[in-house]
Amino acid sequence: MIQTLFLADFTVIRPEPGMIIWTTIIFGIFWFIMSRFAFKPISNALKERETDIQSSLDEAKKAREEMANLKSENEALLALAQEERSKILKDAKAAKETIINEAKDKAKEEAKKIVTSAKAEIENQKMAAMIDLKNQVGNIALDIAEKVIARELKSQPEHEQYVNQLVKDLN
Amino acid sequence: MRNILLIFAFILGTSGLVIAQSHEHSNHATDGATHVEEGHDSPAGHDQGAEAGHEEHAGQADHGHGHCFCDSGEAEEGFEVSSTAFHHIGDANTFHIIGEVYVPLPCILYAPDHGWNVMMASKFDIGHHGTGNLAIDRYVLVHGEVNRIADTSFPMGEISVECVGTEINEEGEAHYVVGYQGNCYHLESKSTLDQGVFGGGITSYYDLSITKNVFTMLLGLVLLFWMFRSVATAYKKRRGEAPRGIQGLMEPIILFIQDEVAKPFLGAKYSKYLPFLLSIFFFILGLNLIGQIPFFPGSANVTGNLGVTMVLALFTFFIVSFSGNKHYWEHIFWMPGVPAWVKIILTPVEVLGIFIKPFTLMLRLFANITAGHIVIMSFVGLIFIFGNSGESLSGAGVGIAASIPLTLFMMAIELLVAFIQAFVFTLLAASYIGAAIEEPHHH
Repeated sequence: MIQTLFLADFTVIRPEPGMIIWTTIIFGIFWFIMSRFAFKPISNALKERETDIQSSLDEAKKAREEMANLKSENEALLALAQEERSKILKDAKAAKETIINEAKDKAKEEAKKIVTSAKAEIENQKMAAMIDLKNQVGNIALDIAEKVIARELKSQPEHEQYVNQLVKDLN
Repeated sequence: MRNILLIFAFILGTSGLVIAQSHEHSNHATDGATHVEEGHDSPAGHDQGAEAGHEEHAGQADHGHGHCFCDSGEAEEGFEVSSTAFHHIGDANTFHIIGEVYVPLPCILYAPDHGWNVMMASKFDIGHHGTGNLAIDRYVLVHGEVNRIADTSFPMGEISVECVGTEINEEGEAHYVVGYQGNCYHLESKSTLDQGVFGGGITSYYDLSITKNVFTMLLGLVLLFWMFRSVATAYKKRRGEAPRGIQGLMEPIILFIQDEVAKPFLGAKYSKYLPFLLSIFFFILGLNLIGQIPFFPGSANVTGNLGVTMVLALFTFFIVSFSGNKHYWEHIFWMPGVPAWVKIILTPVEVLGIFIKPFTLMLRLFANITAGHIVIMSFVGLIFIFGNSGESLSGAGVGIAASIPLTLFMMAIELLVAFIQAFVFTLLAASYIGAAIEEPHHH
């Protein structure tokens, strides 16, 4: 009897038809309306967002790859430019060298020429000076001799002749 | 991950059952001693054979000994925790708010010999302890629950009864009776589908009322629908934006069920079953949490009612059975790759397994939630036990000091259990569906 009463009071373990019918109806409605109006739209939205995020990530990855490509291209271009530059520099250096050398050569030649012409001029001048000097010395000597001879050779024509011959020999 | 979750689920389920069982036993032991003189329990203390008892008692009433002693509960002195706890976890046709304030709920009653009775419970003129002063077409309200008087000799229509209480017969068995014109009229037990095994039986009437549990389920339905509808609208309105507010609260839970439960167990076909899994998860979780609120409109022990968990398990059972592919049924009825004599042993085991799976779903949820409600009620009951039903104020103080930390602790545990049990039910349902739709692996 005690057991019967105890179990009778513990009503929750007794499945009542009313409870079963109502739960079936309510859960059925719940399942239907929640699926139709809540869970499906939500899960669709979540899926959409997932694809959105995935595509954004993919895009970002692609952009990054493109950037990397661009960078390597740039680097190649830079390397090329650097090479070009160094080549140009080298060429310029070479050109400079040749120009300098040429200039040096030219300068040397010019200098030589100048020196040569200067030497020739000097020679000429020297010659002229020498002639001038000779003439002057001759004249002076002649003057002196004239004076001497004028004094001595008034009497001695052979002396005059001798002196003229000497002057001739000087040339 | 999947295996760990399954083992976790199994352990939780088993421990829940053990707690519930041990509790049943302890209550059982203490219950009987005080029961007879208290007479404060819910109705239907009938012996099993409702029909047989019916005739017999009708005869007794006709003899009319001229005296009916109703222990209506007015004379009660002590406080009985187990009966209070059982009453609180049980279903009722009224919603008890505080003291003598009851919210009447609609009663929908059907008796094959009488027809439909649709009315508010307030029509019974609810009096002390939620017991009605009026009998209407042989229906009476006892402790908030509608019962029917078994005697066909009891007059129909609105009858003012003298008392409602218990009577102890010569064999020492207590019965709920209604006193009218000096005679005792026995009440039928509640209509249940347990065939009298647990004290119910098939009765002359069916109670299809919006009871406390049904009311709570409807409340849960409306609340959850309103909440998820706003979440769905938020997704539509703020497409492509970060979740906000309630949407942000729900999204991780939805994603958790989708990614940790649906996808691992159901594979590519998960989206077909995801709405069901989410429905069952949030239905159980919502009702578990509403049941945790200790005052109106909460407190109803819906997911701790075997009828409710039975229906939820049956839904799972039918979904599993209808989605089962050839591979699944082949493995149940004629397991390939084992010797014939093993098949003969294996087939009955596998066939039993089809039914044991939803049966465990039903029991696990029921036992865990009911156990939680009973333990909390028992801890709250400490206050009244120590206080000796309001006679000892200092005693009540000691009771409060003991009860508050214990109840607080238990409520925290129950909050956890509310989530865990909803999750475990969903997880196991997903694993059963997953097993039924699994495609054969080619070895």
